[in-house]
Amino acid sequence: MIEIIELKKSFNGKVVLDGVDLTIERGRITVIIGRSGEGKSVLLKHIIGLLRPDSGRILFEGKDITKMNEEEFHEILKRFGMLFQGAALFDSMTVGENVGFPLMEHTDLPHEKIGKIVAEKLRRVGLVGVEDMMPAELSGGMKKRVGLARAIVMDPEIVLFDEPTTGLDPIMSDSIADLILETQRALETTYVVITHDIKLTYKIADTIAMLHKGKIIEKGTVEEMKQNTNPVLRQFLEGRAEGPIKVF
Amino acid sequence: MREFFERLGILTEKAIKTMGSMAIMLAQSVYYMFLPPFKFRNIFKQMEFIGVKSLFVVVLTGAFTGMVLAMQSYNALKRFGAESLVGPTVALSMARELGPVLTGLMVTGRAGSAMATELGTMRVTEQIDALYTMAINPVKYLVVPRIVAGVCMLPFLTIVADFVGVVGGYFVGVVLLDINPGVYIGRTVDYVNADDIFVGLLKSAVFGLIISLIACYHGYNTTGGAEGVGKSATNSVVTGCVLILVFDYILTSIMF
Repeated sequence: MIEIIELKKSFNGKVVLDGVDLTIERGRITVIIGRSGEGKSVLLKHIIGLLRPDSGRILFEGKDITKMNEEEFHEILKRFGMLFQGAALFDSMTVGENVGFPLMEHTDLPHEKIGKIVAEKLRRVGLVGVEDMMPAELSGGMKKRVGLARAIVMDPEIVLFDEPTTGLDPIMSDSIADLILETQRALETTYVVITHDIKLTYKIADTIAMLHKGKIIEKGTVEEMKQNTNPVLRQFLEGRAEGPIKVF
Repeated sequence: MREFFERLGILTEKAIKTMGSMAIMLAQSVYYMFLPPFKFRNIFKQMEFIGVKSLFVVVLTGAFTGMVLAMQSYNALKRFGAESLVGPTVALSMARELGPVLTGLMVTGRAGSAMATELGTMRVTEQIDALYTMAINPVKYLVVPRIVAGVCMLPFLTIVADFVGVVGGYFVGVVLLDINPGVYIGRTVDYVNADDIFVGLLKSAVFGLIISLIACYHGYNTTGGAEGVGKSATNSVVTGCVLILVFDYILTSIMF
């Protein structure tokens, strides 16, 4: 569905992405793992057009999104959803307004209909009767749930997740993982998740790709990755300080 | 010596880049301003924030400025027996100069800093990125309503400041300093033209643009977390105030 070809990006002379090649398949969960600061977020921001590459291409259904004008790209963006690390809820709006915001902006649906869709999406992420609360009143886990409801409110074909479990306790992390699985299975949506949470990765991934030193060094299913003997990958998956990746 | 010029070069480059980015933001805003769909609700919300909520502070500023002007000009004019000119002095100073400038400075402090803080917080918590990923142009959604509101509301606030200032001047001149009320009002009407008020309002519209654009620019381009948000607020107030005074001189010299 998405093909990333030879993607390169540097910031102030520091190379972050050094020729990333990755194919994201339709209807599956692709998890991109890697250390903090290795450019996972940067890669994700390229996929959704928040950053422009120095060179390389990103093909969405065969068309290069990095070369599109704003109008064309906005049409593509309407088929995307994104859950941000801090959920990025608009703090001047209620939970209900947040979730319904994309519908308000892009559709002509009447208010009652939007209200119904919002309630339905909130129920799907396990929240009932929170529409009138403000984001500041929510816990971290609830914010993520609301963020997920907002990301899927337009029934997107592809949803991107930026560190969905960072900052959550283990139980909440697991419940978010369940939610990711449930919402993905229900609609066969394409999910792209970036994380360094190995437990989450093993639980939800159809495909795992490891980003290291600006390149995808390994890619495969959970079983394939568990068998893989690449020392860099092993060190990361086993969470050891010693190994080829130097901490300092 | 070389170091000095290097630093000067870096500073100049930075200043030119900033001006360029601001010009681009302004150009984008003007473009999106006339591109449907129009979100009047956002514009009204900002008008309320910039206009209605600044009213109190503008009234206070206008009243005390008018009062002190009356007192000072009375003191000066009395020396050559021209106390009767206190009225027009107050009215002309307020309409042409102090009304627009003081309103601009007060709104910069109140609304400009708040706008920069709000947009800065939205930037560092990725809310602006979130807007973008929902296929909503953040400049159209966030910057355009603020600029429209700034340009529309500053003249209104200025009229209020002018009026309150003249009333304050009348109070001090007539009630406290015993100037004949007929003379006070008569002279004011004789000497002040509609043009004088119009010039002030035109200036204030430009100040409104400066306040909103500077605040949006600094807020929108915030980096560096909570500290960055604070810096953006400070920068928007300092730059906004200085630019208001600079443009005040430029506009006055053009419309002299």
